Amino acid sequence: MTAAAGAGRLHTAYLQPGNSSFTEFLAGVAPELLPGRRALPGGVEMAVPHGTTIVAAEFAGGVVMAGDRRATMGNLIANRDMDKVYAADEYSVVGIAGTAGVALEVVRLYQVELEHYEKIEGAIMSIEGKANRLASMIRGNLGLAMQGLSVVPMFGGFDLDERRGRIFSYDVTGGCYPERDHHSIGSGSMFARGSLKKTWRPGMGESDAVRSCLEALYDAADDDSATGGPDVGRRIWPRVAVVDVEGVRLIDNDELAGMVADLVASRRDNPGGAR
Amino acid sequence: MSMPFYVSPEQLMKDKADYARKGIARGRSVVVLQYDRGIAFVAENPQSLRKISEIYDRIAFAAVGMYYEFENLRVAGIRYADLRGYSYDRSDVTARGLANAYAQTLGTVFTQEPKPYEIELCVAEVGRTEEQDQIYRLTYDGSVSDQHGAMVMGGASAAAEEWIKARWNPGLSLADGLALAVSALAADPAGGEPRVLSPSQLEVAVLDRHRPRRTFRRIVGPLLVDLLNVDSPTAHAPEMDEGIPGHPDILSASLVDPSEASGPKGASSTATEPSSVEHDPRVPPPSDERGPTSTQRVETGDDPT
Repeated sequence: MTAAAGAGRLHTAYLQPGNSSFTEFLAGVAPELLPGRRALPGGVEMAVPHGTTIVAAEFAGGVVMAGDRRATMGNLIANRDMDKVYAADEYSVVGIAGTAGVALEVVRLYQVELEHYEKIEGAIMSIEGKANRLASMIRGNLGLAMQGLSVVPMFGGFDLDERRGRIFSYDVTGGCYPERDHHSIGSGSMFARGSLKKTWRPGMGESDAVRSCLEALYDAADDDSATGGPDVGRRIWPRVAVVDVEGVRLIDNDELAGMVADLVASRRDNPGGAR
Repeated sequence: MSMPFYVSPEQLMKDKADYARKGIARGRSVVVLQYDRGIAFVAENPQSLRKISEIYDRIAFAAVGMYYEFENLRVAGIRYADLRGYSYDRSDVTARGLANAYAQTLGTVFTQEPKPYEIELCVAEVGRTEEQDQIYRLTYDGSVSDQHGAMVMGGASAAAEEWIKARWNPGLSLADGLALAVSALAADPAGGEPRVLSPSQLEVAVLDRHRPRRTFRRIVGPLLVDLLNVDSPTAHAPEMDEGIPGHPDILSASLVDPSEASGPKGASSTATEPSSVEHDPRVPPPSDERGPTSTQRVETGDDPT
């Protein structure tokens, strides 16, 4: 379209039929807004904030995802109350580990991607569809990942067809892996995973699953300096999201304060949580 | 060398306008009107190809005429809004900007393409107060007009619009507004007996002023039947989303409890949020970043387990 054909008129890309992906639309009209489409000077190591540990666990009727609140930059704490668990749409959540700036951009784009599809198609995307869309975004970020700016998300959602919670994990190349029962990503994930293995039970209820996730983050913070434990002085608790048949719910701070206080009390004189 | 026939610009434009007007008048009408809690859209549309759609948080779109032409513009509008919201902020997406982009597009097509669009559009944005509501009407030639109160597009809209504008007044409840809209749609332009429109022949949606974030909700099923039924006490759509799994923009559950044992919200809210029983419906409900919390849900009876 030439400028003479009507300044201010919607560009032909807007009027092209048959595409309900916002990312693909963006690649056509404003590729500079895509996180993975930026050329970086090679060979430079940058100190940038990194997000750390995310845990997720299924329970009877849904899935819980929780993340600590710390972002680190080398040996420093870059942020004490960063959110790393976000609602992606009404029935799914995404947790992020890795380069914070790029990860937040990916989450924002992903939220618009799902909402865009929902509005254009008038239908909700299937849970596998959502998981695959996220995979293709991570794949698009491979160039940045190879220069040290990697993002690794974890995706959790309620499967409206099977009526149960689902968890998907990813690698930096965009590989998407359905996980069973529970999973953890980020720097403290090996400690969190060990903890989840011991506290998670099949068929447990929502509050037990939340407790199990909080405990896993506590154990991760115990051994990994990049994972933030509960900050009692500042009243900063992990961010916990529950997805069930009614949708996504972020557990509010007052409710969490009670659970965290319980957990901290149970670990007094029993730092490893032996039972 | 052959000479093309000379057609005066006046004649050319008039022919195109007549062509477009005829096409638009063939279809069924859509009513857009303000009510006390937002803006309602009512279309006589028994099929699943929709005439009313969400564009963005506080903006919706309604159209009459050729389906594929307005569907194209609807998708373009969603792309426009999502791109703007993504690169600026959600609060920077306005109906005025979108109406301008649509007007430019319609105008360019009208003057430069051999066939004009046979459509009429409405872009509406719900404000924080009734005075801040914006309703724009766009016609096939790209002209825009700012509307207030109620408007009718498509079909024999002139008579219906006059009728509805004479009866609309500020502060209508949703049930009263829908009744007005349905009477306007059902009226016979030739002056005969009005038709009877059942809820299944209607496509109804609202932009609810008091909702956080996405305010667009479709009203279907038992809730629509209750709202259209003059004997039913239901005058408003619920201010909370229902816990029925499915597309989040759908409101369908009846608010009338058959057992009359407790209010529709009382049963579920007393356990989790006692204060919300006395919650003023005009005050936006407490919310998290994603919209209404699901701790308080409308009891639906068919609780899936």
